Amino acid sequence: MPGGVVIAGAGQAGFQCAFSLRAEGYDGPITLVGEEPYLPYQRPPLSKGCLLGKQDLDDVGLRPAAFYETNRIELQMGRRIASIDRAERRVLLDGGGELGYDYLILATGSRNRLLPVANAILGGVFYLRTRDEAASLMDGLETARSVVVIGGGFIGLEVAAAVSSYGMNVVVVEPQARLMQRAVGPVVSAHHLDLHTRHGVRIALGAAPAEILGGGGGVVGVRLNTGETLPADLVVAGIGVIPQTELAEAAGLRVENGIAVDEYLRTEDDAIYAVGDCASYVSRFGGGRVRLQSVQNAVDQARCVAGGIAGAAKPYDAVPWFWTDQYDAKLQMAGLSNGFDTEVVRGEVESGQFSVLYFRGGTLLAIDSVNRPGDHMAGRKLLAGGSTLTADQAADGSFELKTAIPA
Amino acid sequence: MSLFNRKPEETMKVTYISHSGASQTVAVLVGESVMEGAVKNGIDGIVAECGGACLCATCHVYVDESWLSVLAPIAMDEEVMLGNTFAKREPNSRLSCQIIVSKELDRLIVRTPEAQN
Ligand SMILES: Cc1cc2nc3c(=O)[nH]c(=O)nc-3n(C[C@H](O)[C@H](O)[C@H](O)COP(=O)(O)OP(=O)(O)OC[C@H]3O[C@@H](n4cnc5c(N)ncnc54)[C@H](O)[C@@H]3O)c2cc1C
Ligand code: FES
Repeated sequence: MPGGVVIAGAGQAGFQCAFSLRAEGYDGPITLVGEEPYLPYQRPPLSKGCLLGKQDLDDVGLRPAAFYETNRIELQMGRRIASIDRAERRVLLDGGGELGYDYLILATGSRNRLLPVANAILGGVFYLRTRDEAASLMDGLETARSVVVIGGGFIGLEVAAAVSSYGMNVVVVEPQARLMQRAVGPVVSAHHLDLHTRHGVRIALGAAPAEILGGGGGVVGVRLNTGETLPADLVVAGIGVIPQTELAEAAGLRVENGIAVDEYLRTEDDAIYAVGDCASYVSRFGGGRVRLQSVQNAVDQARCVAGGIAGAAKPYDAVPWFWTDQYDAKLQMAGLSNGFDTEVVRGEVESGQFSVLYFRGGTLLAIDSVNRPGDHMAGRKLLAGGSTLTADQAADGSFELKTAIPA
Repeated sequence: MSLFNRKPEETMKVTYISHSGASQTVAVLVGESVMEGAVKNGIDGIVAECGGACLCATCHVYVDESWLSVLAPIAMDEEVMLGNTFAKREPNSRLSCQIIVSKELDRLIVRTPEAQN
């Protein structure tokens, strides 16, 4: 029974584990098992370049097939791991077969939260997480005229921005009182509300879908809990994700809003790690256990685990960062702003180039930047440690953020 | 007629020279970045962790001097990330995800650094 490293899930995190294990000099067998039929690919372009017609769905792959051959990474695409046998250190594959491991890395990602409303499965209701879902959505958009986006988070808003560029009618329905509420502060939410409105997208805040209305084999509208009915021939839902923790749970591993891992991203079983969207860990940036969904989180965690397996174990301590592109606004976030008591704006919000710095008890928590990449990069370094930046300094436009970065 | 059809068929030649001097010339579609051309063709010296979002600087290249004046100028976000490259920034440093291949760039030559992170 061959050992080595088995990676469950061939998304951004699974790919990076394999990539970094080789980069770190790991010489044993590596097997990357992925349920989707495609070579590992990136999801961010699905709601950006691909929907804008700038990038082909065939071009989102992380590396071509030859890369895996050259680096002796065995691919098992279109295969699902059905269960883990911890006692024997092996995984069983759906449809038969098993793989032994010295180390197992769970990189199973997350799946879309589904609309709880009646008729949500009607043709004409789309989600966007996988290449296949992107392809169906793009097919549907070819003939759509009125689009309702449910969820004013990153994915919903990126979809709205892209779709509106084709001149379709777009309404975004968001039950919360402001956009991207979980991730950014109110100043940024308000800026993006204005941005979308200026591009002709209507944002319905504080409204939730009550029913998807069907007719003639498709969707004809969305009835809201406010009583209003929005006409729609296509509905896209981006209402969050659920971490895929079932494998871990069935194997008796602890799940706490994600597969619970320690500072080395290990589960309670020393031979099993978890990384990326499916994992929860205690972060000094989050004031507790967090589960993050970002390319940064997937890549940096994978790199940490690869280092641990290849020899040089170091605790995971990377600064979280994220980005979203909507129209010409590049919004970049560093740190986690939840729980701030003071916010400071640098630059003019109206100019579309500004940053918001968030503090709690005088300590910098996070920085959101719109078209101010210099602030974002300075923010990442300030958050990495040892920053003495005060809210007063941040508020002083003539004070350069980077001068507060410890040498 | 499709909303999403892109497919410009034309390709240009781009040469990537590794730190150790190995040279590979590949065809890159017009409209694609020099980073995408490298990744699709399995060229090792370019990592591209952020997939072209101009947020990681792991696609750093040194552009052959004779080509510098032909390239589009460095935008603000590229300038910021060029301040964060792993290998030393030189006057001919660029981020390959920000160099979009066009007719004018046929036979472009770039060198990759020893390491990207
Ligand atoms: C449309 C979209 C846009 C995004 N934009 C951004 C952005 O701009 N910036 C950013 O930082 N992040 C963005 N993200 C988030 C980012 O893509 C994710 O955080 C990242 O993909 C997480 O990587 P992962 O490997 O943990 O999970 P995934 O990429 O979800 O990969 C997990 C894989 O594991 C497979 N799998 C699950 N269970 C099993 C099993 N039992 N056996 C075999 N395979 C299994 C799944 O099929 C899946 O392919 C975006 C996401 C989406 C969907
Ligand atoms: S690919 Fe990340 S900056 Fe170019």
